[in-house]
Amino acid sequence: MVEIFFGYFAIAIVVCSLLVVLSNNPVHSVLWMLVLFFHIAGVFVMLNAEFLAATQIIVYAGAILVLFLFVIMLLNLREEISMEQLIDGWPAGLSIALAILIMLLFSLGTISVKPEGPWSIEAVKKATHTKALGKVLYTEYLLPFEVASLVLLVAIIGAVVLAKKKLKS
Amino acid sequence: MVPLHWYLWLGGAVFCIGMFGFLVKRNVIIMFLCIELMLNGVNISLVALSHYMQDLRGQVLTLFVIAVAAAEAAIGLAIVIALFRNKQTVHLDEIKEMKG
Repeated sequence: MVEIFFGYFAIAIVVCSLLVVLSNNPVHSVLWMLVLFFHIAGVFVMLNAEFLAATQIIVYAGAILVLFLFVIMLLNLREEISMEQLIDGWPAGLSIALAILIMLLFSLGTISVKPEGPWSIEAVKKATHTKALGKVLYTEYLLPFEVASLVLLVAIIGAVVLAKKKLKS
Repeated sequence: MVPLHWYLWLGGAVFCIGMFGFLVKRNVIIMFLCIELMLNGVNISLVALSHYMQDLRGQVLTLFVIAVAAAEAAIGLAIVIALFRNKQTVHLDEIKEMKG
């Protein structure tokens, strides 16, 4: 049963990401990306990471993709759609990507890990997932958390500085 | 029970599709989307490993990846807007001032 769900999600994710890359219209790409993010959230739910599934939908689908759509609609890309989308040397890119994919398929097929951490499914269920994640995030990873907030601050200021028009002095 | 390497294969496939798109597309916005694709492939692998190792550190790392992706999208799209204002294009072939 789980295998059927995984198969559905895997096929949907791969097809959606191919459509993101191969569609000519940027708006279609972004919309396929939206479908893709929902399916990735489904995979996260299958892996018992409900909080991350919610974050995936809220942050990726709700914030990042809306930003992309805003920019695409802000820039008038009407003539871009009819232009050639791929570079001339696309077979080289395809062969590099395929080579890395084959390498990954062979090297990851034999991987095996042991469950060695303290957070088994029962432990996470007992503490609830958000609380368990928060415990790790706010104790062990407090400094990286603060650094991440600093990165976001830099992003806000940088985006404003980059996007605003030059003032005539 | 789905074995771990199926998830890793899925993450690797998404990563490679994103890399293919980043290498062959000309539109800057689509290239940013492809970077998001690659980050999502890594996220799938991290969450799968975190689940199978019964350790929440992978999921914490995924949260950081999502935060950095948000920052990167904001900065990148601001650069695209500035570029479009100066050059009236988002095609990389027509942006070659720094070719040397």
